[in-house]
Amino acid sequence: MDPVIASRAQFALTTMVHIIFPVMSMGLAPFLIYFTWKDIRTGKPVYEQLRRFWTKIFAISFVVGTVTGIVLEFEFGTNFAAFSTAAGELFGGPLAVEGMMAFMLEATFLGIFVFGRDRVGDKLYFISSVAVGLGTWLSAVWILIANSWMQTPRGYELASEGGQTVVHLVDPIAAYLNPRFGYMYVHMQNAAIESVALFMAGVAAYYVFRHHVWGFDHDNIDFWETTLKIALIALLITAPLQAFHGDMYGRHVAETQPQKFAAMEAVWETDSYVPEYIVAAPTNLDSITDPRAKELFGIGIPGGASWLASGGDPTAEITGLNEFDTEAPPVAIVFWAFRAMVGMGFWFILLSFWGGYRWYKGELFEDGLLHKALMGSSLLGIVAVELGWVVTEVGRQPWVIQGVMKTSEGVSPGLTGLEATATFAGFVGLYSALLILYGYVVARIIRNGPPGGDDLRTNREPSPTPESPAVGVADDD
Amino acid sequence: MISVEGLTAGPLFGLPLPEVWYGLMFTLLATFLFLDGFDFGAGAIYGLLDTDRQREAVLAAVGPFWDGNEVWLVVFGGALFAAFPAAYAGLFSRHYLLMFAILGALIIRGLAPEMYEQRHDNLWQRAWSVAFVAGSVLAPFFLGVFAGNWLVGNEGSISLIGLVVGVTLTLLTVVSGAAFLRLKAQHDLPPVVSTYGQLAVVGYLLAVVATLAVLAMRLPEGITTLLDPLIIVLVVASIVLAAGYILALRREQNLIALGIAGVMTYGLITVVARIMYPAIDPATGATIRETIVSTLPLNLMTIGAGLLLPLVVVYFAVLYTAFSGPITPEEAY
Repeated sequence: MDPVIASRAQFALTTMVHIIFPVMSMGLAPFLIYFTWKDIRTGKPVYEQLRRFWTKIFAISFVVGTVTGIVLEFEFGTNFAAFSTAAGELFGGPLAVEGMMAFMLEATFLGIFVFGRDRVGDKLYFISSVAVGLGTWLSAVWILIANSWMQTPRGYELASEGGQTVVHLVDPIAAYLNPRFGYMYVHMQNAAIESVALFMAGVAAYYVFRHHVWGFDHDNIDFWETTLKIALIALLITAPLQAFHGDMYGRHVAETQPQKFAAMEAVWETDSYVPEYIVAAPTNLDSITDPRAKELFGIGIPGGASWLASGGDPTAEITGLNEFDTEAPPVAIVFWAFRAMVGMGFWFILLSFWGGYRWYKGELFEDGLLHKALMGSSLLGIVAVELGWVVTEVGRQPWVIQGVMKTSEGVSPGLTGLEATATFAGFVGLYSALLILYGYVVARIIRNGPPGGDDLRTNREPSPTPESPAVGVADDD
Repeated sequence: MISVEGLTAGPLFGLPLPEVWYGLMFTLLATFLFLDGFDFGAGAIYGLLDTDRQREAVLAAVGPFWDGNEVWLVVFGGALFAAFPAAYAGLFSRHYLLMFAILGALIIRGLAPEMYEQRHDNLWQRAWSVAFVAGSVLAPFFLGVFAGNWLVGNEGSISLIGLVVGVTLTLLTVVSGAAFLRLKAQHDLPPVVSTYGQLAVVGYLLAVVATLAVLAMRLPEGITTLLDPLIIVLVVASIVLAAGYILALRREQNLIALGIAGVMTYGLITVVARIMYPAIDPATGATIRETIVSTLPLNLMTIGAGLLLPLVVVYFAVLYTAFSGPITPEEAY
């Protein structure tokens, strides 16, 4: 394989696998802080079960996220040395700060949060849950600052040093608070909570369905019912917000990356009054691999895409892909990924309203069809996140830094096709195994269910001297 | 309030920032090699233990710490990237396969303890034990190979200097690991762990001598580079420290033994930094002043690191205080 293709394929694979784990940890973080708080304040067994059960899934996600995350940091140097040399001044800083500000916070307090319940007092334990959660969210701040700067680069100037173009930072505030950052952060963090809410709801629905619809008796049905309700509340908040915010995000992309927007809508010729195809069906095989908005059979909102691009004007003009000097990104991938993501987003809203209505009617635990829909959708949030990132990253091609540097120019000059292909093949094998193992472990945790009985602290006799006395940091509880 | 103009005009407080970041970067690397080093060493000793109970005691001892310890590698990589991007890009892309070997070892090492506890059948646990030991031994070894190549400016992956530095570093992690396990899991582990530590420290000294011999042949200036007062002092100090380490382990002053292992780690990395200075990538001859980023981002990073690293020290203090004293396998979640 060509080193450029192999490097891009490897980076795509390693980021797409990695992003699953931060989504799980960032999405679980607010739930875990809430469960920890309720566990400490109420002392009810169900909150301890919620905290401990979801902490197990958090912990394994965090570990896999750590080891797959280091790979990405290294890959900028190994595979994209030309990019790293040229943009290191703007791009390296956020990564270094992410490590110091966020990753350190989460990784140290994770030790206490996962292993230290019997070693520290309530206060420090609660602080640990907040520190871990805050760490995961701060991590996203710096990673998305780095990424968003590549989408909408600001606050820099170009210089030529030793025959190479180098990016110099001139205005840190403009660079780091670039126009894209806010949109990206809100969209990503809300997506993480929404994805985890869907996952929790899907898992809980399985047990609720078995217990209430099929009549198998589950000991921990309280636990699963509570999980379902909490997940549904989170879904009712995040699903509509994601669509509402996604609409603004789309408009912003149309303004700042018109070529990406044209690819998302498969608009080749500049046109006004462009419809937004809610349902698009290819009329022949070619339209799958080469979609062109004008040739698709679809149910469209007249002027919808123009409306989205301009913020309310259905007659607005959209610049077609043929107008740009650079080659178009792979339109088929971007166009279909965008449609699938948006479609799923609307399905999640429907699902949240459906569940909310049943709950309001007092029938949440009886509607078997709803349970099945939730089960089937449990992983779709993560799928939608993947598709969203595909739109973002494939859609900005051929640029690695929008309008400044092309991806093909960023690859390490000395890298051979053999080396790059060898490691890519290695990652295909290693990451397939990793995903299978992660799925296996999470499925096992779910099958074993929450801890119960004498295993729970809340069911233990309160003893003034615990077995292993907390040393040093015990506080006043 | 410091203005952007002020930050562009000159280095913060007139500090020699290229040197500061060169020192900081190696401090971060040494911190990683000491802290995650005792996890690696514990993993190597794990392979020499007899019973499940003993092995689980090792996993319990490293459980709360290793993830935080590994982050020092991320911060080291970030600091190198942010302060010396051309050196970061050049080194990592030139030692391409070696970097992925390090990553592979780290992935296996991190995954193994999580997987081990999932099932209780023999084959499964044996397989993950092998993975844990392999990852724990190979990660510092490959890092050492990388450091050796880096130091003399080797282009390829496999070399004599890489090999001896790899062995040196691996033995040093066993030195730290033995002291750590004596401190955290003494009652669950056999006394022979102390012997492993003492053997490792003797082996480490021999490996250092071998490394210096190879360096005397490989470095362009030969032995004159090594006859630097700082290097002589540090080498002599390692011999004294090794004796102190053996004494401390025998007297069961395990915390002191662990501290000595830490000082030895920082000492070794100081020797590496001293030999390389003022170059940062001897293969190309690039120096720190040639590869350092411009004043504004450097000043910002210095402020960031100055504010954040003291906080990081507090996080680690809280973590290690919470888990002070022995850790038993029963504590594992």
